[in-house]
Amino acid sequence: MFTDDAGKGGMAAGGPGNSADSNRRSGGDLVQLITPGGERVSHPEFDTWVQDISDEQLASLYEDMAVIRRIDAEATALQRQGELALWPPLLGQEASQIGSVRALRDDDFVFPSYRDNGVAYCRGVKPSDIVKAWRGNALAGWDPYTVNVATQQIIIGAQSLHATGYAMGIQNDGADSVAVAYFGDGATSEGDVNEAMVFAASFQAPVVFFCQNNHWAISEPVRLQSHIQIADRASGFGIPSMRVDGNDVLAVMAATRIALDRARRGGGPSFIEAVTYRMGPHTTADDPTRYRDANELEDWAAKDPISRLKALLERKGLLTEELEAAVAAKADAVAKELRAGTINMPGPQPLDIFKHVYSTPNSWLDRQEDHYTRYLASFGDPAGAASEEGAR
Amino acid sequence: MTQMTFARAINSGLRKSLENDPKVILMGEDIGTLGGVFRVTDGLQKDFGKHRVVDTPLAESGILGTAVGLAYRGYRPVVEIQFDGFIYPAFDQIVSQVAKMHYRTQGAVKMPITIRVPFGGGIGSPEHHSESPEAYFTHTSGLRVVSVSNPQDAYTIIQQAIASDDPVLYFEPKRRYHDKGEVDESLVPGAAQSMEQARVVTEGTDVTLVAYGPLVKTARDAALAAADEGVSIEVIDLRSLAPLDFATLEASVRKTGRLVVTHEAGQSGGLGAEVAASITERCFYHLEAAPVRVTGFDVPYPYSKLEMHHLPGLDRILDGVDRALGRPNSLSGLEG
Repeated sequence: MFTDDAGKGGMAAGGPGNSADSNRRSGGDLVQLITPGGERVSHPEFDTWVQDISDEQLASLYEDMAVIRRIDAEATALQRQGELALWPPLLGQEASQIGSVRALRDDDFVFPSYRDNGVAYCRGVKPSDIVKAWRGNALAGWDPYTVNVATQQIIIGAQSLHATGYAMGIQNDGADSVAVAYFGDGATSEGDVNEAMVFAASFQAPVVFFCQNNHWAISEPVRLQSHIQIADRASGFGIPSMRVDGNDVLAVMAATRIALDRARRGGGPSFIEAVTYRMGPHTTADDPTRYRDANELEDWAAKDPISRLKALLERKGLLTEELEAAVAAKADAVAKELRAGTINMPGPQPLDIFKHVYSTPNSWLDRQEDHYTRYLASFGDPAGAASEEGAR
Repeated sequence: MTQMTFARAINSGLRKSLENDPKVILMGEDIGTLGGVFRVTDGLQKDFGKHRVVDTPLAESGILGTAVGLAYRGYRPVVEIQFDGFIYPAFDQIVSQVAKMHYRTQGAVKMPITIRVPFGGGIGSPEHHSESPEAYFTHTSGLRVVSVSNPQDAYTIIQQAIASDDPVLYFEPKRRYHDKGEVDESLVPGAAQSMEQARVVTEGTDVTLVAYGPLVKTARDAALAAADEGVSIEVIDLRSLAPLDFATLEASVRKTGRLVVTHEAGQSGGLGAEVAASITERCFYHLEAAPVRVTGFDVPYPYSKLEMHHLPGLDRILDGVDRALGRPNSLSGLEG
């Protein structure tokens, strides 16, 4: 009864006809503007939303994607070298993240998950702040209000409600900005994501649900999460949805612009399913060879988001040596900044553990802090003893 | 001073907060057109509009999660959980998000959310309508937890809770909603932190009896009955369950040397355990006897024909007082 082999044509309830192989169509077309080979294909509706993208902007998107891939690789290396406790790679999802985040206005507010590091980078978060939480130096690396990006959410799907509430606030304020929730295919099974869609639809809140269907929730394939295409779920809530090639930066950008425009004009929420692939492990602690086929990875490598944009640039005669050198130099510089910023990151002090639990004094906690201060001082080092951090 | 019911006093406090701060927004199930199942929000939507008094879909996690987003945006949401037993679907948002956001963001993001929870039993309800879940929340860092026992406090403390920049759970004793009391609506609530001062309800010299919410009235009645027998009980209304006002508790126990704590919630791991342990740590040498807990049993909330056995009543409380005093009681002859 509890099999998940529907997509394999097995005997599961509903049979293969209802399977959720996400490449199989049931709703709208999977929108694609750039083929895996780098050919620009036209689409009557979506083209109009990216026709302003100049050659320079196209090159800039390429640079963003290359840089974030480099950040991802550098962070993985830093984890292997013991400088980070953990890292969740986004390898393969660069077009989904860059294409969507580059469609936003500065005053839009993003509620990301822990894997949305490309989003954080493009909104202006310092690379070393991106890894701060993964080093264990803080629970979150930045002040959300400086970049209009909430701290990355670890509870799966919880941020979809925060985005919806924030959007209700935008609506009350009479503003035309938009809240954007980023989450994955696994999150669509969570109650919070479903409740977020109920609230968003009921109040017609200016929110965009941006789902990166990367096919895997740790070891669980997307067909275990959904028996229909994920984008098709939205219609059950009365929310218009789009299903786009998540490895196609232009298709993602067009879809995001459509959704943002709808929200700004009072048209309420939208749902975007960006069909992509997590080419790496769930985190550096994961071993995907235990649950997925090497062939599958090969198939998706052929659809790589960066290679495809590179091929398009080449076809357009834009992939100059100059551009390649500039992008490589930028990636090197950012990686260097990330590495130096990580290794030289000032550690927290022992008594920081008590800070910011409450915004005003709390008698219980103040007493514990006082007692622990005395305890530390009992070692004769009033500053908090040979801080463990000193050794790191 | 105006004579009003408990429910009306909360309503009046909510109205004041809505008037004073345009960022205050009320959210919950049936709180608008209907005015709440207990009519606590009666008339507020009519006067302040649907955007400030919001009827939400029936999804508690959704209510709390969107309140987090509104707080992110600078709003001050006041959320009603219709009944105590309905709070659990929102537990994750309260514990993992509301309570931790300020710490997570190192103070950048404040969560000035007030969560109103009608709680406790005694009204003959079906399952899930009579619970006392406060200890889950007093055990959660980042939350402040209060419970009110009379109309004046209800009026004042709801405003202090809403004004607090920290999230506050505000437990309302639903069986006292229709009790009347004098409320001075001209009283300007002090700083949010003053809601954390326990109140000495009746002074006494023999035993300190600690209660909160619905049992404060029962405790006061017990003190009156005991006085007839020449026993002087000092009743303390905690008001704040997290943090606890140990200064007031200690001063009382140093005077009386005996401590009885009572609550409707089950005993093990409950608030009474925290009061007893902390007071024992802080004034062990002033105690003449072991602290006594008179509480609900460690059972799921029972069917209503049995609830009066579960809820500490006047006689059970007095039996606990007798235990603390070493007078003959129901457990006389038993060790420990």
